[in-house]
Amino acid sequence: MIEFEEVTYGYGGTPLLAEVSLKLAPGSFHFLTGPSGAGKTTLLKLCYGDLIAQQGRVALFGQDARLLSRDDVALTRRRIGVVHQDQKFLDHLSVAENVALPLTVSGRSATDDDIRELIGWVGLENQQFAKPPELSGGERQRAALARAIIMSPEVILADEPTGNVDWDMSLRLLKLMVELNRMGKTIMIATHDLNLIRAAKQQVQARVLRIANHRLQLAGSNL
Amino acid sequence: MIPRPSALLHLLAGDAQADRVVPPTGITARLTTFAAAAMAFLTVFALALSLATGRLADRWGTALAQSSTIRISAPEEQMDAQVLAVMDVLATTPGIRDARVLTDDEQRALLEPWFGPDLPLDTLPVPRLIEVLETEEGYDSAGLRARLAGEAPGAVLDDHTRWREPLVRAADRLRALGLISIGLIATTTAVIITLAASAALAANEQVIRVLRLVGARDAYIARAFVRRFTLRALAGAALGAAFGMAAIWLLPDADPTGGFLTGLGFQGGEWLLPLLIPPLAALVAFAATRRAALATLKERS
Repeated sequence: MIEFEEVTYGYGGTPLLAEVSLKLAPGSFHFLTGPSGAGKTTLLKLCYGDLIAQQGRVALFGQDARLLSRDDVALTRRRIGVVHQDQKFLDHLSVAENVALPLTVSGRSATDDDIRELIGWVGLENQQFAKPPELSGGERQRAALARAIIMSPEVILADEPTGNVDWDMSLRLLKLMVELNRMGKTIMIATHDLNLIRAAKQQVQARVLRIANHRLQLAGSNL
Repeated sequence: MIPRPSALLHLLAGDAQADRVVPPTGITARLTTFAAAAMAFLTVFALALSLATGRLADRWGTALAQSSTIRISAPEEQMDAQVLAVMDVLATTPGIRDARVLTDDEQRALLEPWFGPDLPLDTLPVPRLIEVLETEEGYDSAGLRARLAGEAPGAVLDDHTRWREPLVRAADRLRALGLISIGLIATTTAVIITLAASAALAANEQVIRVLRLVGARDAYIARAFVRRFTLRALAGAALGAAFGMAAIWLLPDADPTGGFLTGLGFQGGEWLLPLLIPPLAALVAFAATRRAALATLKERS
């Protein structure tokens, strides 16, 4: 689904990621870990075409990301749900409208009941008419997760989804991710929270990747 | 960039949900509407000016081109003989439809603006005037002058060329200036709307980023902005054109003695022309905003 071959990317001439190779198989569950500034967010951005590899090749659903037009990138993003570290919403729209935004921009429709059901699944049924600035950190993360999965994407990428929430909420978000993986979705979560990874390993077969010294390493099954 | 008809139709059909993705912007919206209204108002006047000068050029051209004047200056005792000689020459000149000697009353009326109503024509050495009306084909003025010189030495032919040409030229230039003004107004409208659209795009950078992250194509994002600006321009131009038409309608009626200014207006079917201004303004806004939006989105990709 997403494949990296010897990918290098850096800022201002300094490589952040060097010769990274990676393959996200359908239905797999990956954690991406490493210290702050190691390049986790950059790697995720390469996964959804927000950045283009400076060297090497990134293939998104079999297509070289470098050769994708802007329209192709837009279409690819409809197949990849992204939960960002700093959740960005359209603050003038309600939570329900924000959650339905991927459907709106792709010209597809969903019934109000479908959207309500999804919002209920992430536990925001009472906030569906609220505006994003009225939500707490955890509520924003859950709203972002609902928005990321409303198109039923094949891949879900989450960048520090538990960064701003308490432990109970972290477990709740993790449970939602595990459920999605059991539905066949490919998941990759970037986090530096080792407790979250340990908790996940009790529920799902997950590979843990670590970025260290600009390179991607397999952290092993026993963390 | 010429907008495709399908793109325009898609735009006008609208999408209520898509319209909401861009937050409302108060001041930009009002400025765009006001600018479109002001430009449409000015366009109505430029159009009226252009049409009026066009009519004037036609009138001057036609009226003066079809007539000439022969002025006879001769001693009192030769005057009648020369008048008769000129009339004989005119009667045998091809291209002359009619010719007649102006009466004393008519000559007095012509001179009245300068000398007052009690001018004693019979005691003054005033030349006799002959009005000549020509056929569609016209006459050979050089040939007529030569014959007049032989038959009536005191006769001078004035075919109005030296009056007519500068007047028609001036009217034609005024008409061209009116059309140039309309072009400049359309260009200025496009520039204003482009600047407003660019400002709106810059102010909504975060919105654009979110839309891109959830898979919006550039065309979708651009459409959200384009539709808003096109409809604002349409509404503003409709308002401005309506005010402009009302102002023209309130101008004094054209009358023969009123001259050019009272003829500044629309006649008959010309009143339909200002109705084209709002859709044309919308078209200009559509093209300008679409171009600005797509360029900005490309720049930020």
